[in-house]
Amino acid sequence: MNVSLRDPNIVMKLSRLGSFHQSRLSFLRSFLKEFKDWEYKRDLFELNEHGYGTAVFSFKKKNRVYSLICFANELDEDERSDRVIATKWDTAFTLFDGAPTKLDIERLKNEVPKQEFGRLSYKELTLSRANKSVRVFNHVVESLSNGVQPDKELLAKVGYLYRTTAVYGSGKFGLADRFRIKNREEIYGPFRLEMMLVYLVRQFTFDQVNHVAKNKNPKKAVSLDPEICKSLGIGNSTGLGMAPFIVNHPTLLNNWIYAREFSLKKIREIKNAAMTESNLFKDCLKKSIKNITSWNTESEYQIKKIKSLLKDLNQFILFLDNEFDFNQEYPFNKLYDYLEKKYEEECVEYVVSMMMEPYDNIVAPLIKKMSSEEDKYFNIPTERTVFELKTILEGKYSEILKIDFKKKENNLNFWFISKNKEEPRLANRFDEKGSDLEQPLAIARDIKKLYEILSASKNSSSIAMFLSNNNDLRHVVRRAFIVEKFPYSEIQDNTIGKEIVPIDMLRLKLSFFGALKFDPRSDKWLRICMFQGAPLPGQLKNYDEHWVYN
Amino acid sequence: MKSLSEIDTISKRSSRAAGYSWGIAEEVGKNIRLLEIFSLPGIKNLNDFLKKRKKLKLENISLITQVNETKDSEYCPIIAGANFLDQIRSMEDLSEINIRSMSFPLLFLPFVSRASEVIGKRIYLKIDEKEFLMNFNNNIYSNHFKNEIIKSSKNVYLKILNNCDSFEESEWKELYKLSEETFVEENERLKQSGAGAGLTDND
Repeated sequence: MNVSLRDPNIVMKLSRLGSFHQSRLSFLRSFLKEFKDWEYKRDLFELNEHGYGTAVFSFKKKNRVYSLICFANELDEDERSDRVIATKWDTAFTLFDGAPTKLDIERLKNEVPKQEFGRLSYKELTLSRANKSVRVFNHVVESLSNGVQPDKELLAKVGYLYRTTAVYGSGKFGLADRFRIKNREEIYGPFRLEMMLVYLVRQFTFDQVNHVAKNKNPKKAVSLDPEICKSLGIGNSTGLGMAPFIVNHPTLLNNWIYAREFSLKKIREIKNAAMTESNLFKDCLKKSIKNITSWNTESEYQIKKIKSLLKDLNQFILFLDNEFDFNQEYPFNKLYDYLEKKYEEECVEYVVSMMMEPYDNIVAPLIKKMSSEEDKYFNIPTERTVFELKTILEGKYSEILKIDFKKKENNLNFWFISKNKEEPRLANRFDEKGSDLEQPLAIARDIKKLYEILSASKNSSSIAMFLSNNNDLRHVVRRAFIVEKFPYSEIQDNTIGKEIVPIDMLRLKLSFFGALKFDPRSDKWLRICMFQGAPLPGQLKNYDEHWVYN
Repeated sequence: MKSLSEIDTISKRSSRAAGYSWGIAEEVGKNIRLLEIFSLPGIKNLNDFLKKRKKLKLENISLITQVNETKDSEYCPIIAGANFLDQIRSMEDLSEINIRSMSFPLLFLPFVSRASEVIGKRIYLKIDEKEFLMNFNNNIYSNHFKNEIIKSSKNVYLKILNNCDSFEESEWKELYKLSEETFVEENERLKQSGAGAGLTDND
């Protein structure tokens, strides 16, 4: 049986993308898998009694070394802010390519804590900073120094000791350009070095909290129970910075979504599922419910989504246990059809992620194909004709072409870059100034405009001739030829309309990162947790790949 | 040192701020990155051009022909470059092209380099007395190595070179003969076991 890939007009709608969940494809999981047999080491740990100082952690294999350099500094309470406009943090980190010398560490000590205002070099790969969850950190120090383990309930509620507020890579602030490292096999999957940084930061937070507790009460202090460590991750506050990324990297977006869609297609095409496979699917699904019931958020929007997800999943599990027979042919295809008929998008996409759990043979080969050589697709095929381009638009943007942008509600917002922090923002074009400096993220509107102008042009004209008079539409002409080859490269929705929920765009990206427990703090930013439940570095050699559900 | 990613982003944004469309600004970002990779002064020239652009009398080329002349202005290197790149396939038959009077011509150069890759042919570019040979966008040979701003050129001359060998046939034969010394003479028995041996080829 041949199952078709799902229609981009369904999958690439923002409400659907905003319902994605972590899966085997997620970058933090594929990072752990890739680095499980690397040698982990704490190379330097020079912190004072309060936990301030420098530390270095590394992963090594043969001649390749990646080192996380951590700088922990004292911070006044009134200086601590998760906003991207902050200028000081509890800790600052960089992932260094190789083993740093003392000179490197001295140089970086002056630059890394400044973050966006510092200068990095091609020797550094990623950059980040993090703030303590003061309440949790102090509680853990207090407990450990008194010889007892901290309150698990409090820890479970927050989920981390520290949260990062940005992780930078790919040439930002002087960091190494991707071309310098792109041929290294261990980093073929996207964001692998960013994941490594966050994972090693997590270990730093455990070592630091143990160190402070020990110094506070050397005789009585105990170390944080490794099982508790495992249950903690690294928090992250994420704002609109992530949203333009998925618009600005169309082939990369395609490769992520394509990997997911192709996995689903292959799983639906399985004629007979082995009992071990169906049992693993059911087991992961049932265990994963605890990730939903322990999902804390004050966002009404998210609470509603969680409630609906939980209700749907419980019903679905009952159906699986009591009515569904895995011994029939094409069981996953039947399940998928049933899901689409009965449940909300959030539940459908949740179960799609779960279906991948038993099928490493399908998923693993796709992970290395999730990066993209974007420059290869930059040139516009200007020998093509107006007719061909029009046909592409009619075929690939059929829903977009129905939107009437003359209506205020469809043209309400604009994306811009803020002057004070060079970060993307979204504003109402009729209430705020600056829409003349709009970023090219209103793809739907510009595609519609392109279509209208193409319709008034001569069909046989070449794109070269068309562009000589219409270079203001060049950015969308380029995109249209990209979407012709990469069906999942474009969000099939209006990114400037009244109804836009920007966190849908954030959730899409964060689900591919492998984030759990999305906690929207508004419609424009959210908190998440990464690596919660993941094996510790010392446990990597032999870990359960389904750790997310344990 | 600035990363190539920073060079791309800042060139793109500044070009947009100077009034170019986003699509053209994207091209400029990639181009300045390319110039800097080839050790040519991209940022220096772009910065000066964008600063002076409003005061310059610039003309846009739409359709590039064999001879392109302005009256009392100069061609914009970016619009001329974008159109050159876009129209390169239709220009392959025009073996020589002259663009008389161009402002900041070094900003035109990366478009030509990229065009060389698109058509798979080398392109010779002469900006007044400065010569450049574009090799399929892999590298650029030049007699100009100065890290300077070229504000203007009287004539930009382009020649699309046909793909041909850079050596004599006799030289090739000599080298081929030498390469044969890595071969081993086969005996009759081995010849009989080669692919296709022993079959009737007229079946």
